[in-house]
Amino acid sequence: MTINRRKFLQGVGAGVAALHAPWVRAQAEPIRIGLLTVKSGPLASGGLDMERALVMYLRERNYTLAGRKCTLSVGDSAGVPAQARTKLQELVERDRIQILIGPLATAEALASDDYIRQEKVLTLSVAAADDMTQRKPNPWFTRGTSTASQCAHPMADYCYKQLKYRRMVVIADDIAYGHEMVAGFQRVFEEEGGKIVQKTFPPLTVPDYGTYLAQLSTKADAIYLGFAGSNGFRYLRQFNEYGLRGKIAAVGGMTALDEAVLRNMGDEALGILTACWYSAELDNPQNKKFAPAFRAEAKYDPGFYAAATYTEAAVLEATLNAIGGKIEDKEAFMKAVRSIKVDTVRGPVQFDQYGNIVGNVYIRKVERKEGRLVNTVIYTYPNVSQFWTYKPDEYLKAPPYTRDYPPAKNLES
Amino acid sequence: MQFWVIQTLNSLALGGLLFLLSSGFSLIFGLMRIANLTHGALFMLGAYLGVSILKFVPNLWIAALLGGLAVAVLGGLLERFLLRKLAGNVLGQVLVTLGIAFIIADACLVIWGGDPIPVPTPPALQQPLRVWGFAFPSYRLAIVGIAFAAALGLYLLMERTRLGAMIRAGVDDMQMARAVGIPVSKLFTIVFCLGAALAGAGGILGGPMLSAYPGLDADMLPLALIIVMLGGVGSLVGAFVGSFIIGFIYTFGVALLPDLAYVILFLPMIFVIAFRPRGLFGRFAA
Amino acid sequence: MNRAAWLAVLGAALVALPWVAGEFYVNLTSQILIAAIFAASINLLLGYGGLPTLGHAAYVGVAAYVAALLYLKVGLAHWLSAPIALLGTTLMAGAFGWIALRATGLGFLMLTLALSQVLWGTAYRWVSMTDGDNGLRGLTRPAPFGISLDGATAFYYFALAVTVVSIWLMAKFVASPFGAALQGTRDQPRRMSALGHNVGLIRWLTFVYAGFWGAVSGLLFVYYHKYIHPVSLSLTNSAEGLLAVIAGGPGTLAGPVVGATIVMLLKNYVSTYIERWNMLLGFVFVLIIVFMPAGLVPGVQRWWAAWRARRT
Repeated sequence: MTINRRKFLQGVGAGVAALHAPWVRAQAEPIRIGLLTVKSGPLASGGLDMERALVMYLRERNYTLAGRKCTLSVGDSAGVPAQARTKLQELVERDRIQILIGPLATAEALASDDYIRQEKVLTLSVAAADDMTQRKPNPWFTRGTSTASQCAHPMADYCYKQLKYRRMVVIADDIAYGHEMVAGFQRVFEEEGGKIVQKTFPPLTVPDYGTYLAQLSTKADAIYLGFAGSNGFRYLRQFNEYGLRGKIAAVGGMTALDEAVLRNMGDEALGILTACWYSAELDNPQNKKFAPAFRAEAKYDPGFYAAATYTEAAVLEATLNAIGGKIEDKEAFMKAVRSIKVDTVRGPVQFDQYGNIVGNVYIRKVERKEGRLVNTVIYTYPNVSQFWTYKPDEYLKAPPYTRDYPPAKNLES
Repeated sequence: MQFWVIQTLNSLALGGLLFLLSSGFSLIFGLMRIANLTHGALFMLGAYLGVSILKFVPNLWIAALLGGLAVAVLGGLLERFLLRKLAGNVLGQVLVTLGIAFIIADACLVIWGGDPIPVPTPPALQQPLRVWGFAFPSYRLAIVGIAFAAALGLYLLMERTRLGAMIRAGVDDMQMARAVGIPVSKLFTIVFCLGAALAGAGGILGGPMLSAYPGLDADMLPLALIIVMLGGVGSLVGAFVGSFIIGFIYTFGVALLPDLAYVILFLPMIFVIAFRPRGLFGRFAA
Repeated sequence: MNRAAWLAVLGAALVALPWVAGEFYVNLTSQILIAAIFAASINLLLGYGGLPTLGHAAYVGVAAYVAALLYLKVGLAHWLSAPIALLGTTLMAGAFGWIALRATGLGFLMLTLALSQVLWGTAYRWVSMTDGDNGLRGLTRPAPFGISLDGATAFYYFALAVTVVSIWLMAKFVASPFGAALQGTRDQPRRMSALGHNVGLIRWLTFVYAGFWGAVSGLLFVYYHKYIHPVSLSLTNSAEGLLAVIAGGPGTLAGPVVGATIVMLLKNYVSTYIERWNMLLGFVFVLIIVFMPAGLVPGVQRWWAAWRARRT
């Protein structure tokens, strides 16, 4: 049979047209992932970890998720909320990202809130910013780490029930993250019968904690540290210098003794308990591959920030698999995210109807292993949601956590 | 009672550290009429250099000496090749120091990374001092001693040496000093080096208290400015007194009026400048 | 080409921008315009008055917060909240100016810094009003004559119009007899005083006027971002504005605009390609100060004139 020229051209034309059909073109186009992180300024070390872990995840899969190639664009917000918004605009308008991982800081997420709504940016957030999945839920926003208070609630329970503390002091950075974390801790601790006898909020960038340590009430069983970044480590050093170690026990929130900070610390950190949704020592199949690989590349253990983006990437991949890789269908993506169950480096996770993650929270103890300090897991609270044991509608009816809510009725000056 | 004693000791320690920071600034400002906005960055650079030097020379005091020297050399280069080019353009000199501060801060971030690095306390001073049933870090008390020693040293330099006499002459009346034959340009370089050395050494000595971290420069510089404005430009006594006043105001203010934590330092300065522009001991208005 | 021709070309380019460039660049230019008004207002004090200020972000921040709070807490419409915010901030500038002008030189600088730091700390700590570190969100843009400004292009033209009017009014101010007197107090304060001018009053009035324009840029800022956070009142913002003026050329009209463009481009655009853009900013700054101490605009004008002179 002869193939005449016209038929040949028609065939080629049809083939070319078919290639341009939307679904075929979509499959050929890469998925454009955006990462909004902090690479300069005080939050930089966490931000750099975020990038490293995400790149690791994508590289391990040859930059292919659900059968489609991916590209990654990274924006640096320097931790300034207005700049975060501008960088996000750049990622969306210039790089045309289809899904955003990040941002890092609470204020950055809040600054980007309305833009995310307006442009319907699919967001897998690292930042806490409780209300974005509570009273003012953003339909395009999901969070794979935890709210500020999500890990504080179980810690309070552990302090009261297992450690038998009855009187505690709390101290945290004077930022929304610190306020929300401490508020969550205080609520559960006092509802179970404990008393918070002192509440202090040093400014975020105070160089010296001497004056706060002098005010510390030692007539308590323990102190809860709600610090972010490296402040926990600086506080503890000075805590020991003032001879307070042994006088009053110390427990911490999810970022106080993060692996990133722990590597610079010494014996002063031994034995301190913290609550977090991750530890580099976790014994699950995903983490057994991830932690050593990260350590080999970065020369230190992965912590909060590295695990955050690695988990978000796993969530992204699972959701893409659930919807056949069609990230263009934003509604389907958001629906799928709320229905998947994934096994990640932090254990099994799923999402509640508000877009916040439900997963395990681990109580960890600092120990020395192979010559370095690690967060050994000593207890697990399974399936902890942002509402702890409260019913969502009751939780949401109460005012949001702030510096002054819940009111501290047991303070002793 | 314990609260008052500890806070007083904290104030003294903070004041001592601030004197190390502000004495250099006051000298440079007094003689050269330049508000050296690189001063905070030099302090931070000193702290970071100290961290690295301590890896090879595990003695804090020697590290402070070496670090101070290194920063002094950098200061000298800055003065000789940049500031001198802008002689007469005071605003330009001030702004160039601001630009250099940006550069140094970013360089530190590149070289030493973004995490805060602790500076180990000298072993002899690691045990807290137990006084009246409570503990206070010995190193902080040592800082007070060091500050006093530095103050004494600078006083002797100013009052008992020819160099000091020349500096004082320059501060009082630059034109007359030139007319009398004082080599003012060389003096500028020497003073800038001295100021930088004090900042650098101060950074290392402050390390066990503050650590070395990105942003240390931005935290320290406003304090130096406040102290020198409060105490008076060109006066070491002013820098000394001002440092301790600020040490006390900050420590007690933060403890007693936590809501005014950010504000507490600026209010006294506003009052002083507004109503006595030359500060407490200043020789001239800034 | 004479100046009018240059301005015409620039104007045409600005007007045509949304047709040739994507949304991202339109948004970037809007931000540059806002920064330009801010820098121009600082220039009134620094360039024409000889008064270096390091606390000008206070006026941006206060205007932004007042407008935001009036909207969020009182539900006031924009055509009411904007004038109130402007008026309130201007009054505050009057009070701050009175305090700050009790000193000159570095003392003045320190006072402006201190006053703005006091406001910054208050914004952080007065959580019941400002929500502290969370900032205020959920704000809206005004809709003058019913035209929505939510789109990038619509807002851009609005910002462009405001900027043109602002710069034009500031130019008229500078060219007026008052402006001449102001420059006189910058160059020869004692002589001006001997001639009978009230130097203190001239400076104070300029301070208030500069505060007003700072407030205008603050309103545009909060309308653009629909969000305000205490960091907008910070020393860093004031310093960047000051840098923009110095780099561009104080005492000229184009200087602050050029300077603002450089700083904004470095911050928002170059930062994508060069990680150490902070250091680059420092270097650019040092180079300009050493080789073109009067700023970029006068420096370039001199080079241009010298080049042309050599050609003839």
